[in-house]
Amino acid sequence: MLDACGVNSPEELFSHLPEAVRLNRPLALAPGISEYEIVQYFRDRAAENANGFASFLGAGVYNHFRPVMVDTVVSRGEFLTSYTPYQAEISQGTLTTIFEFQTMICQLTGMDVANASMYDGSTAVPEAAMMAARATGRAKALIAKSVHPEYREVLATYAKHQGMPVEEFGYVPEAGTIDLEDLDRKIDDLTAAVIVQSPNFFGIVDQVGAAAEMAHRRGALLVVVFTEAVSLGILEPPAGADIVAGELQSFAISPSYGGPYAGIIATRDKFIRQMPGRLVGQTTDSRGNRAFCLTLSTREQHICREKATSNICTNQALIALMATVFMTVYGKQGLRELAEQNLAKAHYLAGKLKPRFCGKFFNEFVAKVEGKSPDDANRALLRKKIIGGLPLGRFYPELADSMLLCATEMSRREQMDAVAEVLE
Amino acid sequence: MITKVRSHLSQNEPLLFERSSPGKKAYQLPELDVPPVDAAETLGTENVRAEITSFPEVSEVETIRHFTRLSTWNYAIDYGMYPLGSCTMKYNPRINELVARTEGLAWAHPYQPEALSQGSLEIMARMEAALAEITGMDAVTLQPAAGAHGELTGILLIRALLEKRGNPRKKILIPDSAHGTNPATAAIAGYAVENIRSSETGVLDVGALERLVDGDVAALMVTNPNTLGVFEENIIHVAEILHAKGAMLYMDGANMNALVGIARPGDFGVDVLHLNLHKTFSTPHGGGGPGAGPVAVKKALEPFLPAPRLKRRGKKWAFDYKRKHSIGRVKAFYGNFGVLVRALAYILAHGGPGLRNATVDAVLNAVYIRKQLEPYFDLPYASPNMHEVVFSDDRQAKLGIRTGDIAKRLIDYGFHPYTVSFPLIVHGALMIEPTETEGKRELDQFIEAMISIAREAEADPQIIKTAPHGTRTSRVDEVTAARKPVLRWKPA
Repeated sequence: MLDACGVNSPEELFSHLPEAVRLNRPLALAPGISEYEIVQYFRDRAAENANGFASFLGAGVYNHFRPVMVDTVVSRGEFLTSYTPYQAEISQGTLTTIFEFQTMICQLTGMDVANASMYDGSTAVPEAAMMAARATGRAKALIAKSVHPEYREVLATYAKHQGMPVEEFGYVPEAGTIDLEDLDRKIDDLTAAVIVQSPNFFGIVDQVGAAAEMAHRRGALLVVVFTEAVSLGILEPPAGADIVAGELQSFAISPSYGGPYAGIIATRDKFIRQMPGRLVGQTTDSRGNRAFCLTLSTREQHICREKATSNICTNQALIALMATVFMTVYGKQGLRELAEQNLAKAHYLAGKLKPRFCGKFFNEFVAKVEGKSPDDANRALLRKKIIGGLPLGRFYPELADSMLLCATEMSRREQMDAVAEVLE
Repeated sequence: MITKVRSHLSQNEPLLFERSSPGKKAYQLPELDVPPVDAAETLGTENVRAEITSFPEVSEVETIRHFTRLSTWNYAIDYGMYPLGSCTMKYNPRINELVARTEGLAWAHPYQPEALSQGSLEIMARMEAALAEITGMDAVTLQPAAGAHGELTGILLIRALLEKRGNPRKKILIPDSAHGTNPATAAIAGYAVENIRSSETGVLDVGALERLVDGDVAALMVTNPNTLGVFEENIIHVAEILHAKGAMLYMDGANMNALVGIARPGDFGVDVLHLNLHKTFSTPHGGGGPGAGPVAVKKALEPFLPAPRLKRRGKKWAFDYKRKHSIGRVKAFYGNFGVLVRALAYILAHGGPGLRNATVDAVLNAVYIRKQLEPYFDLPYASPNMHEVVFSDDRQAKLGIRTGDIAKRLIDYGFHPYTVSFPLIVHGALMIEPTETEGKRELDQFIEAMISIAREAEADPQIIKTAPHGTRTSRVDEVTAARKPVLRWKPA
């Protein structure tokens, strides 16, 4: 090959690089190691993490069982090692699964159209806000304090340089639902988006209908965020929403210390052209057979560059496929039953504790810890091989005496009894 | 002659919704060990949904067959060469997949105590250090989820630094050969975009740059080697021009596979760059994602990196959230950790010398393709190429055959097409990146296929225009898909 390339040594391939840019030493990285040693390295690191603990953490990342089918499917090289399906003729596998994904997300959320995925729920929020700004020609975003605190931080980062003022509105201290009076005070004719989460960060089913009415009366769009997708198996979809921005981690995506997950944006037909991200559409091939392809790409950066609806390119396709397989495995009946189990477990645990809010909740709730700090309670739980809830003082100083607890189908009764013993 | 493939049967498969029948299921749940609750009572009747109309109801066997059959309709790296230029479709080692599923890593919750996350934090710290060494930069954030997300992070960092110096400035310069994400990113970061033309040799026009850089320019975003696969030979001078006027040099690291172990952006004047771990560092593309887009910076930009930052506290790792100059978060939690694990496995497997060897092989493969195909396809830029080579369809266009047609015909020969019609500065571009993965046999088959298509263009152009012929799906009507969008299945 060197001969064919007209060079005597591989080094000559780089002879056109100016001397000053070359690295004239080896990289200061250890020499390569074998497969066995790599496995051992990561096993050793894993052993330094929590192992064998029961966990009652939720807060945007949930412990749900991952059906075996999920990794079986996503490990197939045809899905794992293919690129973005721009070449439709040899990408029908990926394209068909994305079309099914889009359809199922619409069925779950009650929206007309869903995209092929965003990075995660947190980045879907600013994308939804920017989408609302384009659709309304307005600038301002109003976001509930009961939206995941880290999602709000991401929105702040994105909004800062786009001339998008962001204002927060509060929650009702008794119910843990959005404070509609505060929203009413802050919403005005410059408001593009009202952003609420349901179930909200406190686990409470929030007042989506009332928020929708208030937003629409002032000509703003309502963005509804969800972090716990399993709740969609039992909760009424957010009918009043104009845009749904969600996180699918609950659908067989391992917690993996924070990612990769998959976000989605779903919306009404009339806002399709303002949507960010890839979309798959149905069409036919030249023989008249049904086929799918990426479509409406004039919204996207590779076609219209600085005028694109978003800069997103790579998304979370394989993770969205995990969610697709999950939704297929559980299906109509299973997703409902799974949601019912989560509901029952969380209410069993809550029944033994002191929920801080009176609002209705799905599988997480805020509990007040009596007689000790949440951190001390968690330390006591760790000794029982249990990771307790998330102490809320870090995000909500007014809730410093409380923690956010989550129970799922993976939570066992005796573990919940042990938690109650420590927290009571 | 087609040597790589012959036809075989392809299974038909309906959509899940068409396959469903009431009562079928593929799940099992354990018996509930707590009392059941009444949903309407617990949640309120108004909050409980009716059944999810048309949601799938299929059996376990139907599920596995459904997805397996669909999978066979895809081309993949595991089938063969995937020469998409600038996409770096290299082999995805399966060891990466295995270690990412190690229980203590895959099931680590981002809010579990730091004391019980030391393994995760050590992996992240080691990754930051490795990427800093590879790029020659001072600090790395692992938070961005993909390349474009890294770009946004990087430009926000530049903005923050310039703001602190008193003026964030107004515009970003972007070469006409850049990826579309670059201008889209600049716009989201609140900057105007000014295009800068490439020179006749396909690199940045230094004279034009000197004229354009003034007190309004925040940065130049450059891909190096650029999208022609050509190294920006004046890069040090380019950096000097920018720095002299108080502007910064941003590098899009999409083509870093040409440089690892050979040259480091930090050594040639780059202030910020992002990496695509799903390109250079072998994590799978998965049909479009997930990726990871770490951003590496020089010291002056370090205070502005997204919070939290890793720091050493005694013998333990911890997160530092108190970063008063930080641009803020760009993503919840700490980044696509599972992708970082895969990329670190790749770095550990190769080690320093192995990473450099991969770069050499990637460049050798691209130069080999160029030499073999030069007699058959027009090469618009004669400059030496690195990891990819860009031809144009100039000769074939005279026969009515365009780059998109050649790409579709390549499918019949058993290859995924190259990148079509990009970069925009080459009319009718064929952008080919073989990566180091391919051995001589696969390369020769690819070359043979391209030469055969060049001959067909003269002898039988029709066969190219109507390609592909051997696939289960023939040319797809993308125009109708966009004109009458059908974006979800609906019951008849």
